[in-house]
Amino acid sequence: MTLVWSFILIPFVAICLIPFLKMKGKAIAVYCAVSVIAFITSYLAIQVLNGQNFIITLPGSYLSGPINLEIDSLSAWFMLIINFGFITGGFYGLFYMKAYVNQPKNLNLHGILFVLLHASLISLCAIQNSIAFLVAWEIMALSAFLSIIFEHEKVATIRAGINYLIQSHISILFLTIGFIWVASQTGSYDFSAIHRYSMAHSGALSLMLFLFFFNGFAIKAGFVPFHTWLPYAHPAAPAHISGIMSGILIKIGIFGILRMLLLIQVNYITVGNLILVISIISGIYGVMLAILQHNLKKLLAYHSIENIGIIGIGIGLGCIGLGINNPVLSSLGFAGALLHTLNHSLFKSLLFFTTGNVYQATHTLDIEKLGGIVKKMPQTSILFLIAALAICGLPPFNGFISEFILYTGLYHWIQNAQMGSLIFIIFTVMGLAMIGGLALMCFTKAFGVVFLGNTRHSFQHEIKEVSFFQLMPLYAIAAVIICIGLFPRLFLDVLIQPVHLFTNLKQLQFVSFQGNDIDALVSVSHASWYLILLVLLLLGIRKWALNNRTVTVLPTWACGYTAPTSKIQYTASSFVKTYSKLLGMFFLISKREKEVQGIFPTDAHLETHPYDKIEKWLIDYPVVNFKTFMGRFRFFQNGKLQFYILYGITFIILIISIPILYDKIILFLEFLKQL
Amino acid sequence: MLSFLLIILAATFFTGIIIRTKSIASGRKGPGIFQPIKDVIRLFKKGAVYSETSSFVFQIAPTIYFSSVFVAMLVVPFGQSKGLISFNGDFIFFAYVLGLGKFFSIIGAMDTGSSFEGMGASREALYSMFVEPAFFILMGSLALMTGHTSFQEIFSTLHLGSSITYALGVLAGVVFLMIAMIENSRMPLDDPKTHLELTMVHEVMILDNSGFDLGLILTAGYLKFAIYGAIIFNLFSGTIAYEYAIPMFIAMQIFLAFCVGMIESFMARFRMNHNAQFIVVLSSVSLLIFFGALLVSGKFI
Repeated sequence: MTLVWSFILIPFVAICLIPFLKMKGKAIAVYCAVSVIAFITSYLAIQVLNGQNFIITLPGSYLSGPINLEIDSLSAWFMLIINFGFITGGFYGLFYMKAYVNQPKNLNLHGILFVLLHASLISLCAIQNSIAFLVAWEIMALSAFLSIIFEHEKVATIRAGINYLIQSHISILFLTIGFIWVASQTGSYDFSAIHRYSMAHSGALSLMLFLFFFNGFAIKAGFVPFHTWLPYAHPAAPAHISGIMSGILIKIGIFGILRMLLLIQVNYITVGNLILVISIISGIYGVMLAILQHNLKKLLAYHSIENIGIIGIGIGLGCIGLGINNPVLSSLGFAGALLHTLNHSLFKSLLFFTTGNVYQATHTLDIEKLGGIVKKMPQTSILFLIAALAICGLPPFNGFISEFILYTGLYHWIQNAQMGSLIFIIFTVMGLAMIGGLALMCFTKAFGVVFLGNTRHSFQHEIKEVSFFQLMPLYAIAAVIICIGLFPRLFLDVLIQPVHLFTNLKQLQFVSFQGNDIDALVSVSHASWYLILLVLLLLGIRKWALNNRTVTVLPTWACGYTAPTSKIQYTASSFVKTYSKLLGMFFLISKREKEVQGIFPTDAHLETHPYDKIEKWLIDYPVVNFKTFMGRFRFFQNGKLQFYILYGITFIILIISIPILYDKIILFLEFLKQL
Repeated sequence: MLSFLLIILAATFFTGIIIRTKSIASGRKGPGIFQPIKDVIRLFKKGAVYSETSSFVFQIAPTIYFSSVFVAMLVVPFGQSKGLISFNGDFIFFAYVLGLGKFFSIIGAMDTGSSFEGMGASREALYSMFVEPAFFILMGSLALMTGHTSFQEIFSTLHLGSSITYALGVLAGVVFLMIAMIENSRMPLDDPKTHLELTMVHEVMILDNSGFDLGLILTAGYLKFAIYGAIIFNLFSGTIAYEYAIPMFIAMQIFLAFCVGMIESFMARFRMNHNAQFIVVLSSVSLLIFFGALLVSGKFI
């Protein structure tokens, strides 16, 4: 109980203090609040993962009924991810926000929101009551919204923020409908009521209920076609917020889906297939569009969609495993999904933070203007490279481990599946392999164009590496990335409890990651070690071999052309030109160009803007149509006061007359029914 | 262990035989079949020239590329004998570790700031993206047929069933041969002996490499050929005893090299924009193999 009180009090005190402190004090207060909460909740989470229970019942209110707080191993896993992200992200943010030190009011608000965001995310993991859950969800959504619009003087930022606000409220709408549905049927807002309801009404009703929740959470997670807010919101926010949003905030959507899977008894095969299809589409579509982007943060945002897709593939496999009573498939699927959740939160936040460093140094995110940063910011470049390799799923980094688990699950399933599911499997395998290949293309482009070669744009200011303290959390993340890649067993053992929760759903014989398929991970880590040792050995030999030979430095070979400039380098657009031409039917690239004409050509230019086809059809067209429809009622708003008074009076009369005319209306309805 | 030695042995003469075949086919005498190895040794003894644009990435990229190919080689088995590294799902590791090498060879090319090398890098990235699904579908079909998920187990149990598996083996062999062509940038996708940078893929990526680094890249190329040759041989060798299998392996490698040489002598390379279509064909053929595998395992309804 004291823990709960301290959990509420610490943020409250910090929030009250922040506006009255000096700049340094603010920073310390925010970070202390976040790290104390993180420490307490991580302690609880680790205890839960060690097998202890944590259940507290708060009295709650008349409306909500008693509020249960329970940390099970699933919550614990997500809490640890959230805490790690906030500790590293907060530390990074302290230094990132130094540039805005002349906006104290803005920083006050930002600090308060940061604490609130953390507290609400943590509490979402534990709350077992619909109303409290929705309140925490709303706090989370609003504080994220206000954090995104930190640079609110920019139009694009406000627009992105509003877009996020609207879409996250659509998500809340779905959740509210789901919760009210259950509450109206069972009379209880407790999560256990959802379970009871679905046990009583298995079949189509449960499935519908699950779909409502799935929709709500999928908007937050960013599954295609609910992803359109993501590529706007992430670039607009400050770097540490983008990192936290992409690394952690969207994972709460995944958490919600997993939680609902635990609560709602559904036909797991149907749900699994559904999630699998959506996930494969998300994965491929996300990375396909990521390749085209010119804005580095937008590129990373589309990559989040891809990774959510990979996580979704894991969840889908896990569900199908439950459906067909295949414990190995189920545990591999859920383990892959949960591990990839952690992995993605690590490398994606690292990517956003390093991008933040680049932005601080150059003040631009346009890939076509950057280049040659590796020489000026070597540490940032190495960190970006590590994260890029990890996100491509290459050994010896962490991304490979989770993708390997998913592949193992798929190839395990293939051996005892029938025709229908076999075709499904083969397309999943194809999708996963495509995602890998496309991600490789995307990140060779991003790393190659941003960090390598020559600068493509002459900056007025000096580009220099950020301070060591700012890089410290980044090194911590990189260390964990490599750790997971080299010692996967350690992290997989932590996952035994959460995965157990899922396999328990059907009382499957849980294998706790024994057997050939998981033993393979030991060999994978051995092979990774061989790789690293071989690289080191060869580098040593190379150094020794070059020691007493002549090493010269000359300009790049330009095929005899003697006056190369940095403009003739391959740009990001040219790197993906063949690709975008080949798959052009999936894209919507608006182009503005003025061609070179005449013998003495003057100026010429070419501009391309990639756009999202799904966004055009799903968001833009309906919005335009809705606007034109609503435009027909413009005449109501004619600016004349007497009309407005008339509207008011009409409204009041109508409201008053409803109870009076109630009987008549009922009578009329009865009459209609008899017809 | 056996596969390790045999692949290295095959790597020493494979490229030499290709070059020799090509020179004889065009009426020249040509260099000896160990000339490529001698070239590499000469390169290892040389100093190096680095571009002033390049950074440390350019320096470590060839080493990592070579290491990735080398570690991938350790996974490949030979008949009944396992590779040095063997576990369930090792072919996933095989593909991804080669991907690591590809990543580094691409960014190494991008590091020079040359437009030509960027062009090669872009093509390499695109082609490898198309190859990957084909490889995974193919291995999936083999896993389905045999019920195993490691290279060695798949290959050693592939032909215990019906003889249709040999037909599928031939198709799979063709797919692997095509993958080998793409991975090694040979005809008809890429002409390693072309003299126009605009039409190169792999060769243009290593324009700026020299000395030790170039030696590593070339050696990795020879190894890759032998690796894919070994995989193709494994598709058929299955349960053959070693005293027959080893000579057969060497004969098959020589034959493969001869075939590659003949193809390169009598075939023009594709137009660049046809390459992508050619590669997509790969995935279709592997899907065909997949349906064949369904038939064999009796799951086709």
